[in-house]
This record gives sequence, structure tokens and C-alpha cells, in this order.
Amino acid sequence: MSSRTPAINLRVWRGNAEHGDLVDFRVPVREGMVVLDAVLWVQANAAADLAVRWNCKAAKCGSCSAEINGFPRLMCKTPLDEYGDVITVRPMRTFPVIKDLVTDVSWNYEVNKKIPEFTPSEADASSGEAWTMQQEDVERVAEFRKCIECFLCQDVCHVLRDHDRKDAYYGPRFMIRVASLEMHPKDVLDRRPLLKGEGGVGMCNITKCCQEVCPEHIHITDNAIIPLKERVVDMSFDPVLAIARRLRRRPGPSQPSPKGRA
Amino acid sequence: MDLVETDVLVIGAGGAGMRGAIAAAEAGARTTVICKSLLGKAHTVMAEGGMAAALANVAHLDSWEAHFADTMKGGKLLNNWRNAYIHATEAPERVLELERWGAVFDRTGPGYIHQRPFGAHTYPRLAHIGDRTGLELIRTLQDRLVHRENIDVHMEVTVFKLLTAGGRVTGALAYRRADGELVHYRCRAILLATGGAGKIYRVTSNSWESTGDGSALAYEAGGILQDCEMVQFHPTGMVWPPGVRGILVTEGVRGEGGVLKNKEGERFMERYDHERMELSSRDIVARAIHSEVQAGRGTPHGGAFLDITHKSADFIKRKLPSMHEQFLKLAHVDITREPMEVAPTVHYWMGGLRVDADTGAADGVSGLFAAGEVACGLHGANRLGGNSLSDLLVFGKRAGEAAAAFAPGGRRAREDKAAVDQAVSELLGPLQRRGGESPYKLMGELQDVMTKHCGIQRDEETLKAGLEKLIELKERVAVCGTGGPTGRAFNPGWHTAQDVRMMVVNAEAVLRSAIERRESRGAHSRTDFPKLEPHFEKVHFVALRGKDGEMRIEQREVEPVPYNLTELISQSYEKYTPEEVE
Repeated sequence: MSSRTPAINLRVWRGNAEHGDLVDFRVPVREGMVVLDAVLWVQANAAADLAVRWNCKAAKCGSCSAEINGFPRLMCKTPLDEYGDVITVRPMRTFPVIKDLVTDVSWNYEVNKKIPEFTPSEADASSGEAWTMQQEDVERVAEFRKCIECFLCQDVCHVLRDHDRKDAYYGPRFMIRVASLEMHPKDVLDRRPLLKGEGGVGMCNITKCCQEVCPEHIHITDNAIIPLKERVVDMSFDPVLAIARRLRRRPGPSQPSPKGRA
Repeated sequence: MDLVETDVLVIGAGGAGMRGAIAAAEAGARTTVICKSLLGKAHTVMAEGGMAAALANVAHLDSWEAHFADTMKGGKLLNNWRNAYIHATEAPERVLELERWGAVFDRTGPGYIHQRPFGAHTYPRLAHIGDRTGLELIRTLQDRLVHRENIDVHMEVTVFKLLTAGGRVTGALAYRRADGELVHYRCRAILLATGGAGKIYRVTSNSWESTGDGSALAYEAGGILQDCEMVQFHPTGMVWPPGVRGILVTEGVRGEGGVLKNKEGERFMERYDHERMELSSRDIVARAIHSEVQAGRGTPHGGAFLDITHKSADFIKRKLPSMHEQFLKLAHVDITREPMEVAPTVHYWMGGLRVDADTGAADGVSGLFAAGEVACGLHGANRLGGNSLSDLLVFGKRAGEAAAAFAPGGRRAREDKAAVDQAVSELLGPLQRRGGESPYKLMGELQDVMTKHCGIQRDEETLKAGLEKLIELKERVAVCGTGGPTGRAFNPGWHTAQDVRMMVVNAEAVLRSAIERRESRGAHSRTDFPKLEPHFEKVHFVALRGKDGEMRIEQREVEPVPYNLTELISQSYEKYTPEEVE
């Protein structure tokens, strides 16, 4: 840890959907303070109407996402002593600003509604017995279910951030949401057509930025997106039919494929 | 002002609110859920250890009878026995149901839901996934909820008044945080699921939302607040650095074998509860740590050491991943190598709205229901770890069903126009008082009063001095400003003025009830009355609004436990010896 100065210069973006700018605040520092503490100090002492979203202040709810010195992070999990005397905090760029550090993330909630819910088999659903599953199968999906929906991965995703293709791709958060269902030992629904179509898994070009910013250290690209891409390919690529097609020089009969388990 | 019409209005979207909303919608009611934050951020996500249910997957000796007995004994018999009975018998079904909705839990060898040991539970009883069980519960309910057709969710909306006419609810007034617009909800029944009021204290594990809105709203609408003196101090909150003081350290650490030591390296629980040691009930462990610090045996920052370094690093990272991360990131402590420093932190409120055990129907207000932490009954004078998550599911479902069943019966009553105008002018008041005091400052003062005057050890003189300060504060809160600018769009200063108003009601109820209970029972510990007094076992203290508008404390008799169930409480249960060793 570096030695601490008694105060830092906190530069906070303030504004609304139309305009805004960075405003400097001198904030006294005590040991162990995180960026959120500094922002809340400003709110209580210098700018009572500074808008910021936060809840648990313990990195469990994923509310206080922002861009700290240009990097998407949770404010409650970012100690001031990781930075020098000037810290800049801006709202997430991928979503429209409501006010100051608060953005409109409602699009994410709309996407979530489009993903069909957990669906067990008829037999499992109607069984009176307690279900059994193996720990290793549970752990595979448990990694994705650690997601606290901070939407930092959505914020950093090039497809959403730089190209604004919210119409073409659900984003990393919802790739792991789908993965958590597709790889659930008791789920039987096939969501691959959705992934291939509206979900837009093909839009991801595997730069892994999402996985780098994930505060829960979920291997979003490695463990969810890449396996999902493979499953989507499996769905439409059948090697036997491909050879048959090549021999006959015409498309093979289309068949509904049963849900594959990679 | 926007107008929204619905059958059942659910206020709060934590575990109880979401489970209640699902139940109400599945029973056919048009349901609207309002939450103060974004959906899925409610305080429930912070629950770590697990949900208690006598599934008997790990200890085959476990039974609802044992769970019932543990809950009653933990609550020092101040519980409503009927709540404890329903909870113990229905919790297993609710946990299995959650699994069928897609929740995943850690497994036993044969593949059943694993259960971990926890304080004052006779058997390993907590279904869990790592140390983030609350998040699992929230996400599972959230995904189920958003796919139900007759549920609407209104996020970042805060209720500031319940509307009643002729003793029954007709709706609620609220404001949207984003643009400050007012919303008038008209409904036939209301389910309150707003959680607790931990924010009335300075050091708490609770999130900002826990300002006791539901209890204050219900009180103002004619509801009765019960057992308010029963504030749970969780034994283990972080103490250092100051920026993180109060953040929860899960009881799971002790459940997985962590031990408590004072600065002399002594395992002091030996002296407080030789039998159960670190896994004693929370009130006892919290007081033990407090006493050690008072006696000068505390750690450098005024707490106790919690040590789990005797377990392998692998084990710790697998069983307690978020604790490992939390300490590493926020305190620069690697818990696989060093002990944690911990001290009590305000965690839960056993008190709350007096409701019917079976349905959650509020005493005194028709059409008002409550479930979860805002309701009172299940936990008595001390809540056992893990009983809260199962509480949310069991009573959330029941209250949701009851609210849906109530809804079609009544005609929607006309609301009192003058009351609406009055409430709106109160809400907008702070925006008009440019020179008014800062609500942030007032909130800090209130937290200091409660922390200093109504802490883990109490006495009459200190409590009464605290009440005096609070009454003075109450008058200042009534005329406070926003602390600065007076725009309505996402103005936290204005929101805070509302939050403090709610907090004052809760704080007053806690102080007044704490003065009346002249004994020590469970979480309520009086240095001037250090013993449990048998005649107080039969008494609830309740707070209600008198005709003069002032808060009054009355007594209600504790529901007598039926004979066959008292036997369950007094009988002894076979001791559990772990068959599975990690």
C-alpha cells in the first residue's frame, strides 16, 4: 500500500441525458475507504443531489457500477489506495444516462424476459421424489449463477458499447444466463435457436473484455460463450449430412434435431 | 400524478415480496410489485449462509420437531408458536420447490441437497450454495417472476403513504426516483415485504434500503408494531478498516469450523457456552465478543479474532469463496493464512408488524398483509441463522395467497382526498424548505443516538436519554430540507429526507419498547435487569399510534403454546456426530 494523503481529488461526472461535465471535489480520506465511500461523502457534504445507485456496499448486489479512471468497476469494491490523488468516476457509457452516475439499464431487464425460464422434464417436474444431482454438475452452472448483474460486462462489450448493436446481441450477461440454463443438469429446453437468432451469440468475437471486468471472476467467454458457440454450430452442422450434401450437390432434408449436450 | 390500478400491490422485492407476488399471481390476482431499487438488488442478496429446513439430508435424525424446538428455544419463547410450527413443517417443501424452479444447491455424496451446521441448530440444516445462498434465492425467484404474465414490476419507486378508508387499505402513494413523478396505486390488498430497519444504527450489515419503510407506513396506517426492542446484533461483522465496518462475515465461517479467540489467544466461548461454543445462538456470541472487548481482551481494532486457518486453503476457497474475496479485497487479509477481526454488527430485526401467523394479515388494518423481516412472530427474541431465508419463502407464499384471496372480496373503497393532498404536501415539503437542515446530517445523528443509547447492552437511564434526543430529532426531521438542490429528478437528498422520516418511527418504537422490557431476554440485554424474568415470557410489548398522534406502548399476551408442542421444546434431542468428514 502506498502512503496516504489526507485527501483526494474526486472528479465526478455530473449531468443528465442532454449534457454533463466532470466536477471536482476535495474528499478527506480514511484508511480502507473505497470509491463509493468517497462518492457518498460528496453526497452528504458537498452535493446532496449527486445521483448514484448503490445498495449493499459489500460487492454482493452489483448496483454501484461505474467507470473509474476509465475502467468499469464496482465502486464499493475499489479501494482508493489503488489509485493516486486524482480519481475520475463516470457513469457506464453503454447505457443512457438518467442523472450523474445513474444510467438507464432497463434494456437488460427486457432481454432477460426473452430468455425462456428453467424447464425441467415432464418426469422430473411431476416426480414426487427429491432430485439428485452431482456436485460437479452443480458447480459448472454455479459459476454462472454467481453473477450479480452489475452489467459491467455489458458495458465493456464492444458489440454493445462501440457498435450499439443491442438489437443484434443480448450481451455477455445473458450469454451466461443462457449457459446457466443450458448446462443445468435438469433443464431440457433447447435455447440454441434463440442464441443463433435473436440472442446473437455469433456477434461475440471473443476479445474476453467482459471476463476481464467481471467482479465475480466468472469465465464468461471461456466457460459460457465459447461452449455456447460450439453448441450452436453443432446444431446446424451435421457431418454426415454435410458429406451427403456434397455428394448429391443439393441440400439434405431438414430435420428437427434433439437437444445436444456438449 | 400517474395512476396505476391493480389487485394486489406488493411493496418490496426481496425474497418475501417476490415469493408473495408469485403466489398472488398464480392464484389469479393482477399483481404489481414495487421496489425501491432495481429488481434483484434487495437486501436478500446479502444472505450468505443458507436456508434452514429439516430435510434431514445430512443428519438423518433431523425432523420438523427438532427445528421447531430450536427456533422456539433460540427465540426465548417469545416467538408466536404457530409461526414456528408452520415454518418448521413447510420449510422443506419450499426449499425443494425453489430447486424445481431452477435454484442450485451444493450436494451431498449421493446427490441430495447438502446442509451445513449453523449456530443453535441441533443438526446440520442449512441448504446452501457456497456462501451466496441469498443471491441464489433472489435470482431464482426473479426469473420465475418476470415470466409470470400477470405481474408488473415497477423499479426504483418508493412508497411514502398507505391509503386507507374505513380501516381498510385502498392503495398507496409513491414517487419514481428517476424523474420524481408521483404515482398513485389503487389496489384491493397490499403485501408489505420491505425488510428491516437496520439503518437506524451506525454499524450495520444492512443495505441503504433497510430504513424500516414498511413498519413505519403500517404504523401510520393503524398497524401495530410488536417486539421492537428485539434487534439482532450479528456477532461477526468486519471491524477494520473503518470504511468497511459492519459488513457481514457469514456465520458459515463458524459453521465450517472457524473459532473465536481474544487477543490473548484464548478460545473464550468456552466461558460463555461451553456446550455449543462458537455455534451458540447469535445473541450469546455477540454479547460474548462485546464482553471480551469491554474487559480489555479485544483485538487491536476492538473486536475478536475469527480464525479458520486450520482448514486447508482449498477448503476455505470452496466453502467460503465470497468471504475469501471480501477480506482480500477490502481488508487486505488472506483468511486462509490470517485470522479475521470481527465485532457485532446490527443485522436483523425480530420485531415488526403484528400479523396473523397463518396469513400474514396485519392486526388492525384490513387488506394489509406482511411477510419477511417486516413482519413479527417467527423469531421471538432472537433469530437463528438460516431461519430468515426459509421464513421469506414459507410466509411470502402464504401472505401472497392470502392477499390474492382477499382481493376480489372487497370493493375498492374511495380514498380520502384530503389525506392524499396532505401526504403529497408532506412529501414535497423538503423540496420547498430551502434553508432546511440536511437529511444526511439528521440520519447520522439518529444513527448515533441508537448506537449509543440502544446498543447491545442497555439500561433505563441511557435508553431514556436516547428517547429524549430522538424526540428532539423527530421535530427537526419533520421540517428538514434536501441538503441542497431542490429538483425532483433523481435527487438523493430528497429521498433521504423520506428515509429519515421512516427511520424515526422505527427508532422510537425500538427505544420505547426497550425501556418497557425490564429484563434480559435474547437480543435484548439490560444491565439494570440482567436476568430473564419468567413473567415477561408471556408479554409482547407493542407500539401503536394513539388518538393524539403520539406513540403508545401496550402489552399483548404471548400466544400460549399447545401442550403437545411444549413437550417438543422441553424434550432432549439426540446429539449429532458428523458422519461426513471433509
